[in-house]
Amino acid sequence: MRTVSLQAVHMLWLREMKRTWRAKSRIIGSLMMPLFFLLFLGSGFRRAALPGVPAGVDYLSFLIPGVVGMTLLFSSTFGGLQVLWDKEFGFLKEIMVTPVSRFSIVLGRLAGASTIAIGQSLAILLSTLPLGFRVTSIWGALLGGVFMLLIAFTFIGMGLAFASRMKDMHGFQIVFNFVVFPVFFLSGALFPIKNLPSLLRPLAYVDPLTYGVDGLRGALVGAPAMPLGLDLAILGAFCAGVLLLSSLLFETSDVGH
Amino acid sequence: MHVIRVHQLTKRFKALTAVDGVSFEVEQGELFGLLGPNGAGKTTLLRMLTTLLQPSSGSAFVAGYDVTKARNQVRACIGIVFQEPALDRQLTGRENLDFHARMYGLNACERRARITEVLALVELTDRADELVEHYSGGMQRRLEIARGLINCPQVLFLDEPTLGLDTQTRRRIWDYIRAMNREHGTTIVLTTHYKEEADALCDRVGIMDRGKIVALDTPKRLKELIGADVVTLEVESGDYQVLARQPWVHSAISHDGRLTLSVDSGERKIPLLMEVAHQHGIKVNSVELHKPSLEDVFLRFTGATIRERHAEENARPWRPRRH
Repeated sequence: MRTVSLQAVHMLWLREMKRTWRAKSRIIGSLMMPLFFLLFLGSGFRRAALPGVPAGVDYLSFLIPGVVGMTLLFSSTFGGLQVLWDKEFGFLKEIMVTPVSRFSIVLGRLAGASTIAIGQSLAILLSTLPLGFRVTSIWGALLGGVFMLLIAFTFIGMGLAFASRMKDMHGFQIVFNFVVFPVFFLSGALFPIKNLPSLLRPLAYVDPLTYGVDGLRGALVGAPAMPLGLDLAILGAFCAGVLLLSSLLFETSDVGH
Repeated sequence: MHVIRVHQLTKRFKALTAVDGVSFEVEQGELFGLLGPNGAGKTTLLRMLTTLLQPSSGSAFVAGYDVTKARNQVRACIGIVFQEPALDRQLTGRENLDFHARMYGLNACERRARITEVLALVELTDRADELVEHYSGGMQRRLEIARGLINCPQVLFLDEPTLGLDTQTRRRIWDYIRAMNREHGTTIVLTTHYKEEADALCDRVGIMDRGKIVALDTPKRLKELIGADVVTLEVESGDYQVLARQPWVHSAISHDGRLTLSVDSGERKIPLLMEVAHQHGIKVNSVELHKPSLEDVFLRFTGATIRERHAEENARPWRPRRH
């Protein structure tokens, strides 16, 4: 069961690309929310001096890595939860009944959903160019790419783990309301987590996105709150753990009706 | 050669034994049917044979492989058409087939050849490049049958292949199923709750009720068990058992206010029955005469008709999903 069929991974990726291409309007629509966050929060708080934002960094530059993290979080979780969609429409059975190992199916899902999540967050980054945002260096850009990939994998894995234990599409709402939004607001994407009440602050430190957003801030703006190596290590550990858990859960999940 | 061997196969869900110690064999090249009402355990049985569900006990071998221990090998040898549609509606018909072919590891050349062939078999070549969401129910079913054949399976499993289709489409599907079986020698196992379907298509039929196979033979021999003719009387009042005791009645079953008798030359026995009924003050509301069908076989072995079983199933307050 552990063997990986590259052809199957490629096919699952290709399917995701075709479906996405055919639902272009939905994908463009899902970019609107992060763009609104950027435009309205970014311009509205432009002149505000937020305690905790490093000196010399304006709020827009502080916000951009946060919104990139948010785009990755939403898109990746959604991508992982797509399994529920396949359950609902019976296609999961079609996938599961082929002689392809479930591990390959997980890899195919990771490949497809991460391509889309990273594509969307790159589109967000591109749209910040007219606002005057520039990445500091080529190394920063590359490191940013590593963080983006880790964030994407972590939350695709999380979506997959939830989907493998849920029955139908109601799961989407539950996961978004009770997991994705708290993860987003606690991550420091919109404001420094130092400003959180002390009761909530510990929660921010068990939120993998906290390290992802901070890492992106370090890589893209050069203003992290924690050492970048620490961000990378903790997010990497989260990512590995979640992926391991989700493939174990998926391995033993049932296929729906 | 037995391409499927099932021994004492059982599947228990919490309070319910969906499949209860079922044993049977299927020959290579056979068109084998499982007939029974919804909830009889047919789909659960099929899900175990296709490795999608672990049996609680018993054993099953498909194409020589154990369905619990060699799942991937079993999967590589079989094709499945599920009861509910299992297509990606955002892909075209051809893309759905291509997806399946790649998941089975066919190379580009094999894929092209197989896809062309199966599309022609189900006559979907002209519509292959349309999105599946624009297909009718019958077309989707045909596409799924085509997909089940992509990997040249030794055994093709069809779960209620004509459920919800109109008569004309149903007959076309029957033609495809026969063609696959005769021309390509594919062993076919199908489930159905339509007695005509089991009768018209299958070499052998297993009659399933409440998790058990209660009878298994060719449709012809099963019907011979019933005798020449079947007379069903709807009795309003009176001790109708006296009708069943007439010497020329081969067998009788009373069910749901009806009395079903098996007799020879039924058209001559109806007047006699009416006479006896009159003598004993039995009030008969209606009389029906027909040649034995698999429905009568079902009735004989289970004491209820398939329709009555469906009514029971629907009347249950809570209906567990069986698959």
